[in-house]
Amino acid sequence: MTMTHSETKAARISGIRLGYRFNIVGMVGLSIILCWALVAIFAPLIIPYPVGEIADLDYFGPMSRDFWLGSDYLGRDMLSRILMGARYTVGISLAAVTIACFSGVVLGMIAAVAGGWLDTLLSRFLDALNSIPSKLFGLVVVAAVGSSIPVLILTLSIIYIPGAYRFARALAVNINAMDFITVARIRGESTLYLIRSEILPNIIGPVLADLGIRFVFIVLLLSGLSFLGLGVQPPYADWGALVRENIGGLPFGAPAVMFPSLAIASLTISVNLLIDNLPQKIRDRSE
Amino acid sequence: MNNRVLSLVLSRLLIAVITLVIVSFAVFFATTLLPGDTASILLGQAATPEAVEGLRKAMHLDEPAILRFLRWIVGLLQGDLGTSYANEMPVADLIGGRFVNTLQLAGVTALFSVPIALTLGITAAMLRGSLYDRIVTVLTIGVISVPEFMIATSAVLIFAVYLKWLPALSFANEVTSLTDLLRIYAMPVITLTFVISAQMIRMTRAAVIETLNTPYVEMALLKGASRPRMVFRHALPNALGPIVNAVALSLSYLLGGVIIVETIFNYPGIAKLMVDAVSTRDLPLIQSCAMIFCLGYLLLITTADIIAILSNPRLR
Repeated sequence: MTMTHSETKAARISGIRLGYRFNIVGMVGLSIILCWALVAIFAPLIIPYPVGEIADLDYFGPMSRDFWLGSDYLGRDMLSRILMGARYTVGISLAAVTIACFSGVVLGMIAAVAGGWLDTLLSRFLDALNSIPSKLFGLVVVAAVGSSIPVLILTLSIIYIPGAYRFARALAVNINAMDFITVARIRGESTLYLIRSEILPNIIGPVLADLGIRFVFIVLLLSGLSFLGLGVQPPYADWGALVRENIGGLPFGAPAVMFPSLAIASLTISVNLLIDNLPQKIRDRSE
Repeated sequence: MNNRVLSLVLSRLLIAVITLVIVSFAVFFATTLLPGDTASILLGQAATPEAVEGLRKAMHLDEPAILRFLRWIVGLLQGDLGTSYANEMPVADLIGGRFVNTLQLAGVTALFSVPIALTLGITAAMLRGSLYDRIVTVLTIGVISVPEFMIATSAVLIFAVYLKWLPALSFANEVTSLTDLLRIYAMPVITLTFVISAQMIRMTRAAVIETLNTPYVEMALLKGASRPRMVFRHALPNALGPIVNAVALSLSYLLGGVIIVETIFNYPGIAKLMVDAVSTRDLPLIQSCAMIFCLGYLLLITTADIIAILSNPRLR
């Protein structure tokens, strides 16, 4: 293969040795994600107007030099609100996906290593959980306990634990059948050691790719819930809630309706691009 | 050999029933987790303790949760869905007409999206790697990775705001003529068709490509069969199972899509009813709607699995 050749060439040109080589599309995806991450962290420093301030005399104002992305239904600056919204959308989704993947992967590995009734019981239960449509689950929980940010994070992560569990278990079962695991078992290693030192290093690449895909699902579900008015509550607003707030501007074609959606799309599409173009080395490490 | 298929199908059905029990358990307990006492919330702040106590007795709230759960399940099985908290009407009456509306929406969407998606998915798989295939793939990934409400708002912007062909909102109870009917259904159906088709195209394409990669299809090509013959005579009959499986699975995405679409277009369906019930915390209504949705979803994915079992030639 010519891969090693082009790899050394790319490393020579760029002068950095990351160990991984991203192609152009993957790089574009990665840089958009990094951009949004930076925006989420530094939002209060870069917004042109305070988030709650009614800056424009006109509501649903068009794009102008003062208001780059127009103004919302009260005349607040859309750019500031979208930049601040990044904190909620990215932050909540990131927290949820971390909890979901961590618990799912740990449970999956335990089920694969332990096998037997524990495996059957966990799989059956999580499969049942998986057959509740995700939006519906969100609706029911919000109806029951109300909507606050911790509840949202927990709900979103519970919804996506079964998927992460299934994915990790399928990978771990394959690894579990290999000789070095048998050797480790004969050596008398504990389950904890097995999952931490023998299985996890061998599935970490695909698991990280899966985490990215699950992040996209969570962003979409969170936006959907917020759009229904059941996610992040006013006065705070994530991108989904921004669309909901300004839906009244739709008949006038106000920019306030489209830009939050575009922000979501830019984030989810670039995560998808990054995952699809991950270096083979990360994606297929288990093979 | 047929016994094996039968036992597989039966065990799948059994799993579906067990799942349904777990799901109903989850739905019931999620909705009874509500902090605060339902009776005192219903009666408001001015209620006397005696009135609250009376209502608690009448609603069986003083019984243990497991008893109430059994009472609820038995009621459901007998067709008694309970009484709405918000307007004192039987839940069954509230749901009845709206359920038909939602089914109509779903049916019309399926009618459009299945042929479109199958055509696009199969042709894209046949012409794999071509410009056409790449355009279809990029478009489907694009549609899948944006939220449903973005597709809905874009559809409104394009068809109602800029082109002015269709009304932005739909009310299914103001139908007077066929053109009215078309105009009302158009926007929700367009949106849902986009969402569902994208999923279906992706899955169909993957299923056909998997079949095309098998050695016997390569053999057909090697012995000189033309490309259409190779696809339609050799590959498709075997890909049929996975394709139908993909169709049933993607139709289950209708459930999520319907919730958003009914809300944004004010369509008087069951999903809108449920979203409204959530904002008024009308628990019996939420429970019933949730069970209907879970049942529909479970029905679709179980059908998909059973079709996959039945169509597997190795089990025949």
